[in-house]
Amino acid sequence: MDQLLQHCLNALVLGGTYALLGIGLTLIFGIMRVVNFTHGELYSFGAYMMFMFVMLLHLDFFLSLVLAMLLGIALGAAIEFLLLRKLRGADIDTTMLVMIGAWIAMQNLEQLVWSGVAKSIKTPFPSSPLVMGALSVSWNRLFVLAVALGLILCTYALVNRTRLGRAMRATFQDPDTAALMGVDIGTIYMSTFALGSGLAAAAGALLGPIFVVTPTMGDLASLKAFAIVILGGLGNIVGATIGGFILAFIEELGAGYISSGYRDAMGFLLIIAILLVRPTGLFSRKERIG
Amino acid sequence: MRRLATIAGLAFLFSIPLWLGNFYLLHVCIITGIFIIAAMSLNLLLGYTGQLSLGHAAFFGIGAYVSSLASLGFEVHLLPDWLVTVDPKPVWFGMACAVVVTGLCGWAIGRIAFKVRGAYFVIVTISFAEVVRLVALNWDELTQGPMALNNIPPLSLVIPGLLDITFIGKVANYYLVLVFAILSYGIIARLVRSRAGRAMIALKENEALAASVGIDVTKYLVLATVMSAAIAGAAGALYAHYVRIVDPNVFLFIYTVTMVIMVVAGGKGTLAGPVVGGVIFGLLPEGLRSLAIAPEVQWIVYGILMILVVYLLPQGIVPALRPFLQHRRHLDAQKQPPADIPASEAMS
Repeated sequence: MDQLLQHCLNALVLGGTYALLGIGLTLIFGIMRVVNFTHGELYSFGAYMMFMFVMLLHLDFFLSLVLAMLLGIALGAAIEFLLLRKLRGADIDTTMLVMIGAWIAMQNLEQLVWSGVAKSIKTPFPSSPLVMGALSVSWNRLFVLAVALGLILCTYALVNRTRLGRAMRATFQDPDTAALMGVDIGTIYMSTFALGSGLAAAAGALLGPIFVVTPTMGDLASLKAFAIVILGGLGNIVGATIGGFILAFIEELGAGYISSGYRDAMGFLLIIAILLVRPTGLFSRKERIG
Repeated sequence: MRRLATIAGLAFLFSIPLWLGNFYLLHVCIITGIFIIAAMSLNLLLGYTGQLSLGHAAFFGIGAYVSSLASLGFEVHLLPDWLVTVDPKPVWFGMACAVVVTGLCGWAIGRIAFKVRGAYFVIVTISFAEVVRLVALNWDELTQGPMALNNIPPLSLVIPGLLDITFIGKVANYYLVLVFAILSYGIIARLVRSRAGRAMIALKENEALAASVGIDVTKYLVLATVMSAAIAGAAGALYAHYVRIVDPNVFLFIYTVTMVIMVVAGGKGTLAGPVVGGVIFGLLPEGLRSLAIAPEVQWIVYGILMILVVYLLPQGIVPALRPFLQHRRHLDAQKQPPADIPASEAMS
């Protein structure tokens, strides 16, 4: 029983960051119809920026987190401006190939700059975990969960309660009509991509100190983010949040009780199973954002 | 004119081992040839039915594993007290198994994945490849996991009293791969120019319209997937019996990406496209290596080239060259009575 609770607690922490990754991707995928293969690279970019600020420049841990996320937003905006702007209206395969090219180039650039050796990041949290009865959780992980939940709520509020969010939702429903109503589609696309990238970078910056930072850490993150998007349905923030937690629980419990070797396969088997039953995702009644 | 060019091209390909003294370069040619076969099979799906499968390395890898396991023999517990033992089989039989098994996998994946289209289809195929990779990594009783399958026997053809060849060494393998490539090209060309091929192209152009004139959408998509998977499986088997070691890395996403680049750069939906793209992107890493730059830089160049190809030659190299060739043909036609244009060209 205690073991089960411990697994659930771990899954909760992991689920928070999965949800961040999934929300970022589902916004980009839903609004721009771009299958964003650079998402995992933004994730590892966030982790490497965290490493650079904390370990090399000796900045404050929390300040570094904010900086890493801001740089992620800037990089996302740059990618949108340089690579995707000219391809608006191109079919989904074309943009996907460009993103695959960008992914290969970015990952190897990272490898070139930081080398393949795994990096670890120091945290200011006490090393002794918080113990509640038979359960224990490190302070760092609790912090990650809290920040992730905070960011999820902020994103939800941004999309549902602000002018920008309303313009995003309008663009999601029908880009042409939104443009006719005076929405600047270019700005919306850029802010969507920047927001999604910022969330991915934040997830990387949060998880970097828990695990280690490697150039290929983004690959599985990308694939898992796709799994979460499919679970939750296209462009569905709530769906992506729940999907992130579901994936984390399945992985954690599957690794704990079935086989830890197949931990990463759980998500993919889940995708295939879900698409067999509900090809449009678990939570999609109709395609709407928010 | 056209026939002459084909014969000259084939003669050139067959002559390569005669004058290319460098075994390393011949090795590069063999690997490139194997990937061209895989790229041609991907082109059948991507170019002719318009479905982007990013799990193609899975079929390649399954082919490699099935053929190796059949020719090495294996013992595996399917249930804790149910031991299955398979004795080593001849290599040609293993390769036939590889084609059949990958064809069946293609059928199963086609049935599942074609419930969805576009981005969802892409993600299902990626998931499939990733699951297969993790199985190959973790089911070590069967696959030896990261320890890899070693000492895979080379292909040998024995017909008593008539023929006894073992495909060992570079030159023999080069010809083997070349013959397989020509065979695959022929099969794909036949398929594409047949009624089924026209149905596939119709599906790519407009699925709703194709369905409305009575084309069974799922049937032709699954047919294309089965053929594509079986040819990729054959390429995987060739690879396994040439390098004679197979580990779970054959399933890596980067191999699928390599095949996709070859097809897209060469020109999807053209028969010659994967060959041209395959030659360029198969030999390019060697060219970059000879410039003595770090492997990371090679891959960065690779990624940037991929972006540039999509921007500058969205249709690929072969369709971009076509106006020039057609101009030539036009000049020829003024001298000779017009030759009939192959169906696939009139179509695309």
